[in-house]
Amino acid sequence: MTTTYSSGVVGSRPPASDVLLEIRDLRTHFHVMDGVVKAVDGVSFGIRQGETLGVVGESGCGKSVTALTIMRLLDTPPAEIDPDSEIWFNGRNLLTLAEEQMRAVRGNDIAMIFQEPMTSLNPVYTVGDQIAEAVALHQRLSQKAAWEKAVDSLKAVGINTPERRAKQYPHELSGGMRQRVMIAMALSCDPKLLIADEPTTALDVTIQAQILELIRKVQDETGAALLLITHDLGVVAETVKDVVVMYAGRVVETGTVDDVLMSPKHPYTEGLIASIPSKEKRGERLNVIRGTVPNPFNMPAGCNFAPRCPYRFGPCADHDPRIEDASPPDVACWLYTPAPGSPVPPRTRARAAGSTT
Amino acid sequence: MTEPMTTEDTFAQPAAAAQPREPLVEIRDLVKYYPIRGGILRRKLGDVKAVDGVSFDVLRGEVFGLVGESGCGKSTLGKTLIRLQPPTSGSAAIGGEPIFDKKGADLKRLRRRMQIIFQDPVGSLNPRMPVSDIIGEGLLAQADKENNWGTRKVRDARVGDYLEAVGLRRDYARRYPHEFSGGQRQRIGIARALALAPEFVVCDEPVSALDVSIQSQILNLLLDLRAQFGLTYLFVAHNLSVVQYISDRVGVMYLGKIVELASVEQLYSNPRHPYSIALLSAVPNPNPRIRKKRLVMKGDVPSPAAPPSGCRFHTRCWLREQLGNPENCVTEDPPLRDIGGGHQTACHWAEKATEEAAGVFAARQATVDAAIAVEV
Repeated sequence: MTTTYSSGVVGSRPPASDVLLEIRDLRTHFHVMDGVVKAVDGVSFGIRQGETLGVVGESGCGKSVTALTIMRLLDTPPAEIDPDSEIWFNGRNLLTLAEEQMRAVRGNDIAMIFQEPMTSLNPVYTVGDQIAEAVALHQRLSQKAAWEKAVDSLKAVGINTPERRAKQYPHELSGGMRQRVMIAMALSCDPKLLIADEPTTALDVTIQAQILELIRKVQDETGAALLLITHDLGVVAETVKDVVVMYAGRVVETGTVDDVLMSPKHPYTEGLIASIPSKEKRGERLNVIRGTVPNPFNMPAGCNFAPRCPYRFGPCADHDPRIEDASPPDVACWLYTPAPGSPVPPRTRARAAGSTT
Repeated sequence: MTEPMTTEDTFAQPAAAAQPREPLVEIRDLVKYYPIRGGILRRKLGDVKAVDGVSFDVLRGEVFGLVGESGCGKSTLGKTLIRLQPPTSGSAAIGGEPIFDKKGADLKRLRRRMQIIFQDPVGSLNPRMPVSDIIGEGLLAQADKENNWGTRKVRDARVGDYLEAVGLRRDYARRYPHEFSGGQRQRIGIARALALAPEFVVCDEPVSALDVSIQSQILNLLLDLRAQFGLTYLFVAHNLSVVQYISDRVGVMYLGKIVELASVEQLYSNPRHPYSIALLSAVPNPNPRIRKKRLVMKGDVPSPAAPPSGCRFHTRCWLREQLGNPENCVTEDPPLRDIGGGHQTACHWAEKATEEAAGVFAARQATVDAAIAVEV
């Protein structure tokens, strides 16, 4: 049964051939009992072949839902992907594919590593069987050949005695090992794009260092593009070249890791970086972004970040800055883009009067 | 839900203490084993040696950071110290008063002096109790003729005071945990810990479950409260940046033992244990321009049920490898010894354990890996 999600956007053209993944105006909304959650509300970005992109943001910003939407791993309903959204991958809009076609893409062309390896590995199958299953499915190899490939891929991710480990069950392995198994599984079919959703958040810092190094090595050797989702700015700084910052379902800033982390433009990015504790900040108060993320059922009118923004002024409460219409195009904020009906944006930023209430 | 108020005006990070502080909590040879039982007869097969002989002091008014990775025993140590579980052996005292030998009414009185803030803001609050009862439960348990906490009105007033102290509104007392965000729930947990006016608070990973922007609010709050109420903290965490920021002195734990103990300045500018050095090297830096050579340790942490002989770290120790695998690392467990200025480390080869040596090791490691890659 063909279940295409959308019939595509009329008149839309695929991106240039060196662009591997391009998301245009992605909106994923969830219809739940209490209303509609606009988890992803207009997100656009792209990755070229072999490049690395980080998606950074805190809980609830929509970064994981973005990844799951790309992989079409969400049940629809309750998720609803806007028919005008497009996910271009290798020249095709993934949202127009039937499920059988999408299955050929998943695991084969795009592979994903999840945050909690214990819950994403099947506890009743050996790790070797799980990798071999993916290989056999996508590459149509015999059981024996698939098993051998599985053992090879365990070796490639730095697991010693791979023949023995392949026969073990997930619960017999440590967290770091399990994540290596996930990476082996993801790589077993030579994907063009690797999506890593918080791959090291559940791991100790020394194991995290091992896994990040492995991801970098693998990406280097296979030439796969990497989409790394994380809330950890240190991980982003070390692993990817470009970064996209998300807040409340939107992209608020983009740029190279150097630009965004060293000279942030958006007040949220600036606040986030300033909140990170470090040795240098001893003896000072840490910067605080007052308040909490907006209620997903009830987003503020105007800019999503305005209620917490220390620099909010005139247009912020009424007009929603969208990065697609921003100029300069890398930050969604009225401090930079002239707001509708307002004069030229302020050149110096002043803390809004009464911003402590 | 309105935003919590920040206590801007009460913050005062104390300047470096002019006179030496005296110890508030003294821990000597603390051991906590968990028995492993198996077989049909549930015989004891062995022990998980969660804490295996730890001794240190926590000075009055300081934040003592206890840092280490999963399985090192830091949480177990915190919980055992305040008698949430019984120790296997060892002793501890608070303000000179022994902790482990107390029973009955004496133990109850002792519990007022020490409290704990838990890691999980969801799991540590009873979802069926309103906030007033969550914070007030301890007051009710410790009610006596002097404090009058048995009287509802008195209790509620005190609950309200502490809610305000942690930046929440008094009328939140009527609400239930599910009505609050993670950061607010953690504030409730803090209010609960402080309501009995303890001197000593174990903070067991209090910000690990929170987003970075909420984390900074809670860290500021904890420091404000320390100044306001004259508290002493044992701050247990695995996030080194947080520990660097908030602690005065730090103990690094590995497989049930403290391997290095130093002031924050000493530890972060001159770490002298190979594990501490590797741990610090592993922390990713949000500054993309700082590209240091990372020292990547091989393998996983051994099981605390079967710790390695001699020095527990020897199976993963880069320094041992660099020094040509000396024997004493395998045969003798190095004691914590003072290397000057109160800086203690448990390594036979501490003189050689420097960041510089680690840099040399990491550089060699990179060339070796590259060579292997070429072969394969």
